Amino acid sequence: MHMADALISPTVGATFAAVSGAAVIYSARKLKESANEKIVPLMGVMGAFVFAAQMINFTIPGTGSSGHLGGGMILAILLGPHGGFLTLASVLIVQALFFGDGGLLALGCNIFNMAFWTCFVAYPLIYRNIVRQGSRPAAMTLGIIGAVLVAIQLGAFSVVIQTLLSGRSDLPFLSFVLLMQPIHLAIGLVEGLVTAAFIAFVKKVRPEILEAGTTSIPGTQVPIRKALVGLSIFALVTGGILSWFASRHPDGLEWSIKKITGATEISEPIDGVIPMLGSIQKKTALFPDYEFKDTKAPPKEENQIEQTQIDQNASMISPGTTVAGVVGSLMTLVLACFIGFAIKRRKRRAS
Amino acid sequence: MTAFDSTFLDLGRLDSLSYNNTIIHRIDPRAKLIVTVVFIMAVVSFPKYALTGLIPFFTFPILIAYLAELPIGFLFRKLVIVSPFALFIGIFNPFLDREVITRLGFMNITGGWISFASVILRFILTVSAALILIATTSFPGICNALDRLKVPRIFVIQLMFLYRFIFVLTEEALRMVRARRIRAVDQKHPSFKLFVQMLGLLFIRTLDRAERIYLAMQSRGFDGEVRTLKKLSFTFGDLAFVCLFLLLFAILRLTNSSQLLGNLLLKAFQ
Repeated sequence: MHMADALISPTVGATFAAVSGAAVIYSARKLKESANEKIVPLMGVMGAFVFAAQMINFTIPGTGSSGHLGGGMILAILLGPHGGFLTLASVLIVQALFFGDGGLLALGCNIFNMAFWTCFVAYPLIYRNIVRQGSRPAAMTLGIIGAVLVAIQLGAFSVVIQTLLSGRSDLPFLSFVLLMQPIHLAIGLVEGLVTAAFIAFVKKVRPEILEAGTTSIPGTQVPIRKALVGLSIFALVTGGILSWFASRHPDGLEWSIKKITGATEISEPIDGVIPMLGSIQKKTALFPDYEFKDTKAPPKEENQIEQTQIDQNASMISPGTTVAGVVGSLMTLVLACFIGFAIKRRKRRAS
Repeated sequence: MTAFDSTFLDLGRLDSLSYNNTIIHRIDPRAKLIVTVVFIMAVVSFPKYALTGLIPFFTFPILIAYLAELPIGFLFRKLVIVSPFALFIGIFNPFLDREVITRLGFMNITGGWISFASVILRFILTVSAALILIATTSFPGICNALDRLKVPRIFVIQLMFLYRFIFVLTEEALRMVRARRIRAVDQKHPSFKLFVQMLGLLFIRTLDRAERIYLAMQSRGFDGEVRTLKKLSFTFGDLAFVCLFLLLFAILRLTNSSQLLGNLLLKAFQ
């Protein structure tokens, strides 16, 4: 499932874009070191193959509903982790641009959720440990299904974490996890079955391709621990820096901290950077008060009579402001369309 | 027409739209990429309950779509069939956040409905921005921009390969799907076993074709580098385009223009 721009905050989007970008650079460097230039066109072709294959629907056994291929593990197995990662990232880029699946800012999240877990965690830690040269078909099937299941579970869990950190959805953590993980268990099982059957087919018809994938393409033996540690440190640092900037505004991270700690406001130190930033924000920002609801609204007091509560509650917006907002929004839309029509008319006259 | 056919046709239509020659198409791909990313950042950075503040941002997609002579209906249809994960998650908000925030006439409006509406607006704005980017820039243009922005060369080249092969392979897959459909009218989709065989066949054909094309390219002197005749240059006009839109986004982000306009109108009529 694609993470969407509409659900993420800039901090989350930028952090994961940085992490995925680093993983792209790392993979490209590793491929270059291996100096296997023939693999580059092959990666493009395989990416296009997965893209085309994703469009073929099939009947999921036992359910009657239809599904399609994801293809991540197929790419990792046939191209190795680095080639597979870059190819899967490219497929996601094309999907984001042509189909609007996810979005441009959420691209980093999507590459992380789907390609990173598949190629750098599930493939080396599970698939490579179960499936070896000359493994029996049963072991191969087991290894593939296990790896796909783990990759998709981790991906689904990342979607939950990213949504939670962004704070655009009200879904609480536990219900969200209970909603996502079982669905993706089913998706992962079907994907695992297709992947295993496909690899078995390739092994039967063109065994040399699989052998090439595991032996002659260098870089299959990833120093995975080093890469993982490096990437997570990088993620923590970028996330930390970005959220420090973002915390100037009531943003997702703050919101989720609020949800987790249960406190409505984290006590701020009296002197230091935060109050200074706060005063800068008060001076420069025109926008903290105009929205329908201030995120830092005081807690509702239950014992008040409803009428006075409506009058006094600071988070209530007077109906007048609301009407003005609605009228203004409609007018802005009309104006925007009018500009468009005017351009079109002028163009027609000119031609 | 099956869903596959229409997806394939849409793909081709977006591609051919991107080779038009309008004032927007002529702008440097890097400029358009930067402006689009900043636009999405600005939209996404609005707080959870933002609604009126988001509306003025529609100016950007509407303006660009008209200037680039893009078919609005087509873009809108693409928007509707996009996978609705954001809406699927957002629809929970009205049920979870029931605190009444404001009133419009007789209606009490809860925070959940406002944040859900906000998700819908974000969804429309960000997806249309991405579609407009591809429809005005062309995929090779974007690859070129990525290359100039120092994205690893290997990644960009394989992205270009991927794009060239997409149309060929999708057509191949489309033929297979059609052939099966004709032979088994009562079964909408292939069974699991048949699906894997189709996948395998598509894969074998793909490899053979790739091998032929690669040999043909090598015999014509391909050395891993893709060269284009069109020279990219970042002109003064491109710079002006970037500055103008960044300024517009900054103004729209920092002031709530539609609320201001509404206040003004209401005052004028009182």
